[in-house]
Amino acid sequence: MMRQRGLFVLLLLAFIAVPFIAGALGNTYMITMATRVLICAMVAVSLDLLVGWGGLVSFGHAAFFGLGGYVVAIAATHATQGGDIFGWGGTNEALIAWPLAMLVSAGAALVIGALSLRTSGVYFIMITLAFAQMLYFVFVALKVYGGDDGLSMTSRNLLAGARITDARSFYWICLILLAVVVALVGRLLNARFGLVLRGAKASERRMAALGFPVYRYRLVAFVIAGAIAGLAGALWANLGRFAAPDMLSWLRSGEFLVMVILGGSASLLGPVLGAAVFLILETQLAAHTEHWQVIFGPLVVLAALYMPMGLWGYVRGRSS
Amino acid sequence: MRFKSLALAGASLLALTMTASAQVKIGFITTLSTPGGYLGEDARDGFLLAVNEEGGKLGGVPVQVLVEDDQLKPANGKQIAEKWLESEKVKLFTGVIFSNVSIATVPTILEAGGIFVSPNAGPSAFSGKACNKNYYVTSWQNDNLHESAGALAKKLGYKRMVLLAPNYPAGKDAIIGFKRTFGGEVIEEIYTSLDQTDFAAEMARVRAAKPDAVFQFHPGGQGIAFLKQWAQSGLKDQVPMVVASPSLEQKIVASVGDAAIGIAGTSHWNGDLPNEANKAFVKAFVAKYNREPTVYASQGYDAAKLIASGLKTSGEKLDADAFRSGMLKVDAKLVRGNFKFNNNQHPIQDWYEIKAVKGTDGKVVLQSGAKVLENHADAYAKDCAL
Amino acid sequence: MTLVLEQILNGLQFGLTLFLLAAGLTLVFGIMGVINLAHGSLYMMGAYAAALGAQWTGSFWLALPIGLLAAFAIGVGVELLVMRRLYGRDHLAQVLATFGLILFFNGLLAWQVGRAPLLMNGPEQLAGFIEVMPGLPYPIYRLAVMAVGVLVAVGLWYLIARTRMGMLIRAGSTQREMVSALGVNIAQLFTLVFGLGALLAGLAGVMVGPIRSVQIGMGEQVLILTFVVIVVGGVGSVRGALAGALLIGLSDTLGRAFAPSLLKLWMSGALADGLGAALSSVLVYLVMAMVLVVRPRGLFPMEG
Repeated sequence: MMRQRGLFVLLLLAFIAVPFIAGALGNTYMITMATRVLICAMVAVSLDLLVGWGGLVSFGHAAFFGLGGYVVAIAATHATQGGDIFGWGGTNEALIAWPLAMLVSAGAALVIGALSLRTSGVYFIMITLAFAQMLYFVFVALKVYGGDDGLSMTSRNLLAGARITDARSFYWICLILLAVVVALVGRLLNARFGLVLRGAKASERRMAALGFPVYRYRLVAFVIAGAIAGLAGALWANLGRFAAPDMLSWLRSGEFLVMVILGGSASLLGPVLGAAVFLILETQLAAHTEHWQVIFGPLVVLAALYMPMGLWGYVRGRSS
Repeated sequence: MRFKSLALAGASLLALTMTASAQVKIGFITTLSTPGGYLGEDARDGFLLAVNEEGGKLGGVPVQVLVEDDQLKPANGKQIAEKWLESEKVKLFTGVIFSNVSIATVPTILEAGGIFVSPNAGPSAFSGKACNKNYYVTSWQNDNLHESAGALAKKLGYKRMVLLAPNYPAGKDAIIGFKRTFGGEVIEEIYTSLDQTDFAAEMARVRAAKPDAVFQFHPGGQGIAFLKQWAQSGLKDQVPMVVASPSLEQKIVASVGDAAIGIAGTSHWNGDLPNEANKAFVKAFVAKYNREPTVYASQGYDAAKLIASGLKTSGEKLDADAFRSGMLKVDAKLVRGNFKFNNNQHPIQDWYEIKAVKGTDGKVVLQSGAKVLENHADAYAKDCAL
Repeated sequence: MTLVLEQILNGLQFGLTLFLLAAGLTLVFGIMGVINLAHGSLYMMGAYAAALGAQWTGSFWLALPIGLLAAFAIGVGVELLVMRRLYGRDHLAQVLATFGLILFFNGLLAWQVGRAPLLMNGPEQLAGFIEVMPGLPYPIYRLAVMAVGVLVAVGLWYLIARTRMGMLIRAGSTQREMVSALGVNIAQLFTLVFGLGALLAGLAGVMVGPIRSVQIGMGEQVLILTFVVIVVGGVGSVRGALAGALLIGLSDTLGRAFAPSLLKLWMSGALADGLGAALSSVLVYLVMAMVLVVRPRGLFPMEG
């Protein structure tokens, strides 16, 4: 546990250093790239709550990510260009839009989770995938909000009325939010909630016999994970000032899973590492060869076969 | 041949690390993976052919073309643009194939003071009020594709038609564009879903509706499946079909074969257009890549020629206003022939009737016919203040 | 009335096409307990091999075995190199590995074969129509696809229920030790079963090649719907896959065929066209949700 904490501090310091290194090199693109890592890391951490700790392999997590992005983009569109949605004129204020994104994603997670969690194992994988795909097609067809073309925001959200224009401040916001998410998820896992969730992964029957309503615990986990993914989606839409259906696509869900497993599932910080390695590797490969998939695909296969503990397993060593 | 272009792209990447020269860097963001990958591949190869012909220059200015795959993900296109703006100091961008990538990527480029020349996508979002003096579309405004098909249907004398398109904005835009010039009666509009691969149900509906003709727009693989199933259902011999260029281009025709014969299409370019520039282009393309060029290849080539026209006046310094005056002059022989820029910097050009026929070697090829529309502009230019 | 019958026939036809794809996937899952996202890639490889084979030989009938053999060989290769290391592992590792395979196969084809869709014609003998009832001509090729679907269903039932191999397969999935004690090499058996699943995927690819687009990514396009089918039917059950495929095929087709005209009874034409299309595109997912509310393990859950 001590070692875990040490690594947490180390990782945090590394992330804190990024803007200063980028500043020294005069390279702001590096900050944008790192922001992207932070946001994906947030989704990966939330997904790991289900996959690693709960044993619930959701293949539709991108749906909540995308919903969060769309909530922010739709609210901003109405705030700047008029019109309304369900009688609401929208907002450009992050303090309203971001929690709303979480709320909407949580609501969708409640409905999808309530249905999907009636099943388990491979059914769960496929049904979450199918629901996410359904939402994907809804947004592709949604002409009012750009459909396939996506929805642009004229500017980033205001944070308590203040503009967030430069890459650096937005990076800090994302970093703080990620740290909060990691800390919260960490606490949750060590609380009774986490123990029940982890216990149910090992033996659902035993937890049920002990009198815990496993279904309800899992549903809560699903909703929390959905809400966090929604927040990440809101940040993503702000980063690119754009929300598009590809945020919800099943490939995106697959990528999030790869990040979790690559980094190391059930390790809290592993997914953060996984997101960083995944994104850097993908952009580097794609920049060097147009046939990057031929290299990237086998790397993913190798990770699945030979790194059951993920990268985090190596970093942490075999001490635990 | 594929390796050659790969090597070229590789060489340009290598060159970029070695030279700090007076070259103008051109950022070519395009779609190379996903089912839509062949569109980007052909646009790139057409573009590089033009650069190659001038010995690594465009308009007398040495250029270096950076190519990267956007994977048809809007965020990726934007990410690549940001990267090149920042770390490569690229100012001139082109290559984007799909409208969604364009809509995400173009604002980033323009806000950073860059120039964007679209070789394919011409979304309405940027062709009206939001037009920009550093944003050029060299292919067509999206609606033009379907307007020309509507004009053809009218010319062919069809009165009652059934229209089919996928249930998403581009599909609905296609139907709106078609109706704008068609003018006849639309008995039914049938919307398919975007993940659909089997169209038997819709074809039965068409058969029951007994129209004079149908118009359908389905992108990529869906369009191919539609044409194959249409021929197989026997409707091909009973109900004439009118389509726009994306549904009847060279690769689609090559992959459906005889199923394409008899279908009426429109395009602003075809391999057999008789102008000299086109004859030379087709010959050079076949010689270099060992395959027939598609309409996307022609668009990549024309985009390069237009950029050359801009670079002639701007020189290596790439001043945006100087570049603009050269671009708008269109000091270039385009393979499509007649071309000028409208006030919104979108094309004014001719549209031809296209049909698929059996070639001498038994393969199905596209043949151009009479002009359907002459000096055709788009409906959004009037909202553009330029 | 003819139109209704025609649409029902279309639905059955679509369902049997779905079954061709679902059969291999559910077989592999039922016996080896692995979830294979790359099933769609095997379908794509089968279609590609057949399309290229048809270009070389000029004959669909020669291309058919080429496609099947290629899919089988690739399946065996994938099993030996990747899948066999995943049997004891959780679904997560299986999802990840097969996701990587999808990227690889798509990239490989783009690199080696090219990105443009391929030409693939059906056999000339099966061109044209038969009047299945007065006033209703139906393409012979589509009837042939249906026949292949039925044959596969019967063949799989026979294989599993009536042959020694089927007995071993059934036993191997639940009682590995006992089957090993009989002197049967489980590893080889599993390789063979995975190869058979791949062969079925390849067969689906070859059969739909002439009526769909043979292109990169064609596997992912059908993967989701295949999942819906086997989830509705009961994962692992071939019988369930058939029932699920027919249910999904019929509801999807009939939804697309009649939802707009039914809605027109209540609303304006354009609105009905749009809403009908939206409704029919989510219909299969609604059917799936309803089935799972009533029967969380599908229509025909596997025993045990």
